[in-house]
Amino acid sequence: MILTKEQQAILDGEQGETLAKVMKTLVMYGDAFEAEKLVPITSKYNHLVTSFGLKVMSPVYDLMQQLLDAGVASGQQFSVDPRPLDKKVPANPLQNLVFNKFMYTKQDFYEKQLEKLGLMNEDAFSCTCYMDEMGNKPKKGEILSWAESSAVVYANSVLGARCNRNSGIIDIMGSIVGYVPYFGLLTDEGRKATWIVKVETSKKPEAQLLGSAIGMKVMEDVPYVYGMEKWLGNELDDAACAYLKDFGAATASNGAVGLYHIAGLTPEAVELGEDLIAKDAKVYVIDDAELEHVKNNYPVVWKNPDAAPKFCFVGCPHLSLEQLKDWTEKLETALQKNGKKKVTVPTVFTAAPAVLKAFEQTPYAERLKATGVITSYICPLMYMNNPLCKKMPVITSSNKLRTYTSARYYTDAEILQAITGGKKA
Amino acid sequence: MKQFQGRVITPGEVSAEALVTTEGFNTLASFQMALQFGDKEVKCGDQNNKDLHGKPMIGKALCLPQTIGSTTGGLVLYCACAMKKNPACMLFANHIDSLAAAGAVLADVWVDGISMPVIDSLGEEFLQYVKDGMKITVKANGVVEVE
Repeated sequence: MILTKEQQAILDGEQGETLAKVMKTLVMYGDAFEAEKLVPITSKYNHLVTSFGLKVMSPVYDLMQQLLDAGVASGQQFSVDPRPLDKKVPANPLQNLVFNKFMYTKQDFYEKQLEKLGLMNEDAFSCTCYMDEMGNKPKKGEILSWAESSAVVYANSVLGARCNRNSGIIDIMGSIVGYVPYFGLLTDEGRKATWIVKVETSKKPEAQLLGSAIGMKVMEDVPYVYGMEKWLGNELDDAACAYLKDFGAATASNGAVGLYHIAGLTPEAVELGEDLIAKDAKVYVIDDAELEHVKNNYPVVWKNPDAAPKFCFVGCPHLSLEQLKDWTEKLETALQKNGKKKVTVPTVFTAAPAVLKAFEQTPYAERLKATGVITSYICPLMYMNNPLCKKMPVITSSNKLRTYTSARYYTDAEILQAITGGKKA
Repeated sequence: MKQFQGRVITPGEVSAEALVTTEGFNTLASFQMALQFGDKEVKCGDQNNKDLHGKPMIGKALCLPQTIGSTTGGLVLYCACAMKKNPACMLFANHIDSLAAAGAVLADVWVDGISMPVIDSLGEEFLQYVKDGMKITVKANGVVEVE
């Protein structure tokens, strides 16, 4: 890798040993991908994936402390993934004991570290930092040092920013020195599609199921997806963005997709069209049978596969304001149809703190509350990441949550039925 | 015995028993429960990985195509190394992915006394040939012997 004089000086330790180690990390990281240079980060804010003060992650906080002790701070302010805990979310005494005494004992300590390192504000905790309400929405072409797989794939695909699938810790190291290695999704070549996906379903495919199928097939490659115009239109409106948010999260967690193009819709596909498709791109056709096959092959890890659901999470990644409103209306209609007043399964909808604040300003907030659904800013994955939850039959419409926990995946329509009618999903 | 030439991501020499997956290795899903709840064998917790689920990973020569999933992957690998609960080495058939590369580099630069050789680009034939339990020897120049 060819470094500028300034970068070489940092690597040589002229600004201290710790900063030299940060630079060495980025250079070695870039070398693994034959990166020829480091390029300046141009986004206003960074986004970090590590939001949780898990006792077991002490090596991470020790490293952060090394950075703080050496006086190196992030050159950018940043948002970070959701907090792991919220008293509004029901937990039994044993769960509370495990959460507070064994798992998240470092939470307060780590949040103080984040403040010192450059956290945007006390509410800057969400995997959907790019929501208008959150204020961390990069522009097309900007270079990022983000982590969080669902945010990276959204920023690349829907916003047209440029970011690799950086790991936690690498994310902040980029903004400490102000540079990231130039490779992969930062380059024009790396943004070309090596897969053509033809969606030939008879109805609008479930976003999180379609994303899962594509992620598992293409792994870390870039897909160019045809056949979505009739379902999503040709404009990136709220509904299309929410769909792509959920679709992308599934591609990134069920596979390792960092960028996708949707023909006629996402910015680079609109601008460059089929020029984005690499020679010899492979083809994957998705029809109703394929989606059904993918869904039926998810492992069921509940102790009793026939158990009635006892808990439901919706909002991984966090819901948008429009999704909260839409769910409110669907819930009211379904409850009325089923002769119920409140949801029959304890249900938590998760969204970014700023989105929840905006939602509270609308009449929908009271209506949703009346259905019995609880709203929260937490990360459902962090809540479920313990053996106690493994014993609970939890349902979700998040394919990401399914991937990492014992939660069982159902489509939005199935979830709606399950939580409003008491009918087993 | 068969030899495969790979590319050195982080250097080192080691001999260990092979643990093989032909599916993408989800680092977070594989390590999260074992690290959090003190599983000394560090059994793979990824319910979606039919090759590895429930198998001990500590001290093994982990043979894989690439890692997938959450961008916490690199820091999870870094933590596993800092806690001395890492595989003996990681051997990638494909070009290494950004999360695994981050984890390997973070461990190499920031963890004192760690040695977890990481080799990539060993080729598809490597994963077709190697099976669980085979003896793996990693050389400093990126040569991997399988017997």
